[in-house]
This record gives sequence, C-alpha cells and structure tokens, in this order.
Amino acid sequence: MARKISMKQAINEALDLEMRRDPAVIVMGEDIVGGAGSPGEEDAWGGVLGVTKGLHAKYPGRLLDTPLSESAYIGAAIGAAACGMRPVAELMFLDFMGVCFDQILNQAAKFKYMFGGKAKTPVVIRAMVGAGFRAAAQHSQMLTPVFTHVPGLKVVCPSNAYDAKGLLIQAIRDDDPVIFCEHKNLYGHEADVPEEAYAIPFGEAAVVREGKDVTIVSYGLTVHRALEAAERLAKERIEAEVIDLRTLSPIDWDTVLESVETTGRLVVVDEANPRCSIATDVSAHVVQEAFGALKAAPQMVTAPHTPVPFSPVLEDLYIPTADAITAAVSKIAPRAMAA
Amino acid sequence: MTDQRIKPVVMPKWGLAMEEGKVTGWLKRPGDRIAVGDEIVEVETDKIAGVVEASEAGVLRRAIGEVDTVYPVKALIGVVADADVPEAEIDAYVAGYVTPSADEAGEEEAGPTYEFVETPAGRLCYARRGEGAETIVLVHGFGGDLDNWLFNIDALADKATVYALDLPGHGQSAKAMPEGGVEGLARALLGFMDALSIECAHLVGHSMGGAVSTLAASAAPGRVRSLTLIGSAGLGEEINADYIAGFVSAASRRELKPVVEQLFADPSLVSRQLVEDLLRYKRLDGVSAALEALSGAFLAHGRQKTLVASSLAALDIPVLVVWGAEDRIIPAAHAEALNGRAKAEVIPGAGHMVQMEKASRVNELIGAHITA
Repeated sequence: MARKISMKQAINEALDLEMRRDPAVIVMGEDIVGGAGSPGEEDAWGGVLGVTKGLHAKYPGRLLDTPLSESAYIGAAIGAAACGMRPVAELMFLDFMGVCFDQILNQAAKFKYMFGGKAKTPVVIRAMVGAGFRAAAQHSQMLTPVFTHVPGLKVVCPSNAYDAKGLLIQAIRDDDPVIFCEHKNLYGHEADVPEEAYAIPFGEAAVVREGKDVTIVSYGLTVHRALEAAERLAKERIEAEVIDLRTLSPIDWDTVLESVETTGRLVVVDEANPRCSIATDVSAHVVQEAFGALKAAPQMVTAPHTPVPFSPVLEDLYIPTADAITAAVSKIAPRAMAA
Repeated sequence: MTDQRIKPVVMPKWGLAMEEGKVTGWLKRPGDRIAVGDEIVEVETDKIAGVVEASEAGVLRRAIGEVDTVYPVKALIGVVADADVPEAEIDAYVAGYVTPSADEAGEEEAGPTYEFVETPAGRLCYARRGEGAETIVLVHGFGGDLDNWLFNIDALADKATVYALDLPGHGQSAKAMPEGGVEGLARALLGFMDALSIECAHLVGHSMGGAVSTLAASAAPGRVRSLTLIGSAGLGEEINADYIAGFVSAASRRELKPVVEQLFADPSLVSRQLVEDLLRYKRLDGVSAALEALSGAFLAHGRQKTLVASSLAALDIPVLVVWGAEDRIIPAAHAEALNGRAKAEVIPGAGHMVQMEKASRVNELIGAHITA
C-alpha cells in the first residue's frame, strides 16, 4: 500500500527491493559501510547522507566500501557490470565525475556499440546534483546536460519520492549505463509511495499539471518551482501545463510536442548553466519540430553562466525561482490573452 | 436550529482521498425546480469529474459555488428549499453555515480508510462503510479496484454494511493471480468473506466482477442473498477485446488514455489523475503478469469464454442486471440475456462505468433490489 515517505527512503527502498530480488545487485561507494563516526559493521553509516543506511546489515558482503578514488571504483563498477554484476555505484557528488570521466565517457558508454551489441553494461551511477545545499562550487553543479550529450548513457533526474523509487528500480534492471541524478534538496521531500516494487519506464515524461495556455518543461527540483509558478499564474487566469521530463536521455519528445501544439507557448526551466543545456535542447527541438504551433518565442529560465556561489544570498538567487518562471511566462502569455 | 425545509448542496466527498473539488458548471439555475436525482452542478476533483445530484426535492434557491473555484469537501455550494421559504431565512442559513473541517468530522465522516485482511488468496485490501444489518460486497471488474465504487459506497452505506474489495492482482491487494481465472477469483471472493466472517451478503459485481459474483453464488448458494450484475461479463460472448488488449499493453499515459476513455459515455470524465493512478497500478511488479494471465483465462479469440448465464438460471436468488446504454466494452444487448430470469435496467447516457456516470440511479436500483 502507498504511504508517505521521503525521497531518501524511497531510494533506499528501491535498492533494498532490487538487492532482495537479484543477487547480482551490489552497491559500491565511499563511506557506505564504515566511515568517520560510524561503528562500522554494527551500524554502517550508509553514505555521506545516509541514503544506503541499513542495507549493509541486510546484505552482508554486497555493500562495498571503496577507497577515496572515484576513478578506481567507478571503473571497477563498470568492469563488474560488463562481467555480469549489476552494480550501483554511489558517487556522492556528480561534480566528482571529473576524475572518472574516461571510464564513463570512453568505456561504459561505448561497450555496447563497439562490441557490436554483444556487451552490456548494466551499471547505475548514483550521485547528488544541484545547488541550495551551501556546498560551494565543486559540490553543487547541475551537470545533467554533460551526460545527456553522450550517446550510450541514460540520464535520470527524479523530482519526487514516487518517481525516484520507480526510476531507480528501472535503472537497476536496465542493461545500459545509467547516470542517476538525485537533487540533494529533495531528499526530505515526501510523496505517496507504494511498498511494492514498480518500475517507471524511461523516456516517459509526467504531465504534473494540465493547462491550455503555456507549457512549462522542467526536471528535478525546479519542477516544484514550476508548479509554484503555475499556481500563481492560475490566479491571473493563465493555465500552465507543467511537464516533468523525469529522464533526460532518453527524452519524451512526444509529450513535450503534443503539449506545445496545444498551448503554443513554451518555457523550459533548467537548473543547469544556460549554454548547451536541457533548456537549449528542448527549445531547439520544439522550434524545429513544432514551429508552426508556436505563438511566441520559447523562453529559457536557467542558472546563470557562473559557478555556483558560496554566498547563501547569491546561491538562493542562482537556482531558477518561481518569480523568474512567472516572469518568463508573463512575457509570452500576457494576461490579456486569457480573457 | 436548521430549518428542515432548507437543504444544503455541499461539495461531495468522492473516494477516500478527496479533500476538495472544483465547481465547473451549474446545470440548474436559481429558481429551477429540483427533483430527486436531478443533476445540479458539475464538480471536478483531481481524480475524476462528476455531477452532484439532488438527494432531496425543492427549488434551487442559491447557486453559491462559483465556476472554476475550488471548495473543501462539505463546503456549501448551493441551497435547495421549498418555494415558500422566505428569502431572509435562506440568507440566514447561508450566513450561518459552517463547513465541518476534516478533523472535526471524525473518522466516519472523513471517509473509509483502506484496510487489509489475510486470505488464502493472499493479503487483500478493502474498505468498509455503514452498520446495516444487511451486508453488500462490491466486486470491481478487470483492471479495476475498490475506488471504482467511489460514488456508490457511501450512498449504499445508509442501507447496509458495505464492503468493497480489491480482487487478487488488483488495487493494493496481493498481485499473485489465483489459479483458474474468473473461477479462482470467485473462490478468492468467498475466502475474503470467510476471513471477515461475512456469512451472507448481497453481491454487486461490475463487468468481470459480475461473473466473479455469479460463480461465487453458484459455488456457495446459501451465502449470496442477491446478485446485482452491472455491465457484467459472462452473459454473452461479445466483448471489446481491443479494450482488454489495449489496457494490458498500455505503458504510457498517451497509450492508456484513449483506452480508458472507452469506459465512459462521456470521455471527458477521464482526468489526468485517473490515468496516472491506473499507470501507477500497472507499473507494480506482478500486475502485467496477473492481467495477462487473467485476460488469457476469460478470453479466447477475442470472445468471452467464461459464460455464467446457465449458472444464473439455476440459482434461486433475486438477480438485477444494470447496463449503460452506451457501453463500448460489453454490449448492452447482454442485459436481455436473462430475459425473465432477472430484472434488467438499461440506463441511457452511460457507458461501461455506469455506476460512476449514473451513480444515483444505480444506487437507487441496488437499494431497492436488496430490500425487495
């Protein structure tokens, strides 16, 4: 039955259910068993924010504490995947991908293609993304577009606990490498989540609010900002449709295009930096495929082209706000049109 | 002191989770005469759109609920009163009306919660309403769940103790499908009644649930006091096999929505949330296998193979057949299959989900049937 749990619990539950179902599923990462301040074997720390807590005791030997060397254990996880395991590697912060990019970009992403479809690489790399955690420029980036750019990788970024559980289960069952992006400021966010296992197929966006005047496309944390903006716009009688992409690769173009063909207006909200982002990608695709349906130029609401600031005041201004989204909508959907 | 001649029209509570609803249109205007069962005002929840029907007769004196505005459950959205009630009294009633909050309303008013019971067919989910001496068990159809009765369970609770269950493989019940297809589900239904010590009940079955209920009555004739078969499977071979196949295979909102729209005479009743809830159910591990096994067991070459009309003929209990005239899943012509054996009622303007689309008429028919 469904009950309210946090996204952190939902991710833990997905790992638990898949480890129970399939002995090939293992979890690797820094501080997931021992770690500073942890009694270790008796009560493992469960990773830097405790997402994997409790699993060590249930599945002894299947949670592997790794050295502080991302290049080594991400490579090991990819190798284990190529040899029949289903590893879930926790990379702590997606920003750390910098030191293990060859393993992902040149190895994991290419195996299936270069070995003529004979190799599969069912690895999941879980990592925290996003700003707002006062963690400074090297632990706060939204690097989703970087991975979306690479063919051979699947990229997932859930906005809520229900989706996180179903998408992680799908990621573990998927035979391709999946970059699973968890927004650190959503870990405490609660939603109705069934106790049972379920998989949400990749490439299926969720229409989280229906509306006829403007389409707002987003993913991750900013879906909530978009919904907040939609609430405000409704008071001005502008009905916004809000689409949560859920997976960035593959991406559900059909749902986006279908919506824009109805509303004629598009606003893309992306926490990533503005250049070569999900925002530019979605805008460009819609312009190319549905130009005739557009009544106004697509708008992009993104982070600025700067590193994430450490100043709390500036950091709060960095992530797209509901105000910025409302302003972008107002620019292309003036109140007069709602009459 | 409430004047007995003044009757409030309030935001209804449809389903276990409903907290508020939006008024989307008035079908009557102030001054119109209202008969019991008249459709007064259209309401939309995040689950489904529906119509508030008059439970009492009079004149619509006030249409308070503004279109496109959201009101909490039990908020006053209109007033029905006799024509001779003075305007001042109506105004005083409106001014003095206090919407009961969910907390104050207590458990009974807040609606049923989901409960679970262990049975030989696994852990089954159910809801229970009312305290009447008679017992009604509501049995949903293929791919459905107990919330298919959201417009019925409370209305029927005035007359009986009402149970609605999720059959195995459905809703929040265990997903393992018992052996034997529809007959297996009939055994599971009797097992459910055993587990809750329901000795004897009126069974109300929708679609495949009608065939399940009939087979349960055949297997344990003493335990079923009457049957109500709504858009029932098992009364003829024809069925919209494309619907069943589409429902089983649809994995996305875009695939599922047009399939589900076939269930209603008015497809606009299918909301985003209704489709989303069905997808959430279909994604659960085990559901695809359960639905495939079940559809394989009751369909062959696009036709129904579990036929129960002959079992019905042998039963010595009252049988009521109800159908939506615009049923696009199982033809309404099957309502006549039991000509003479059962009372049959075909309701215009409704599709396969007639118990949702014409809830008050169906509730009235069931109420009369079980007390007959």
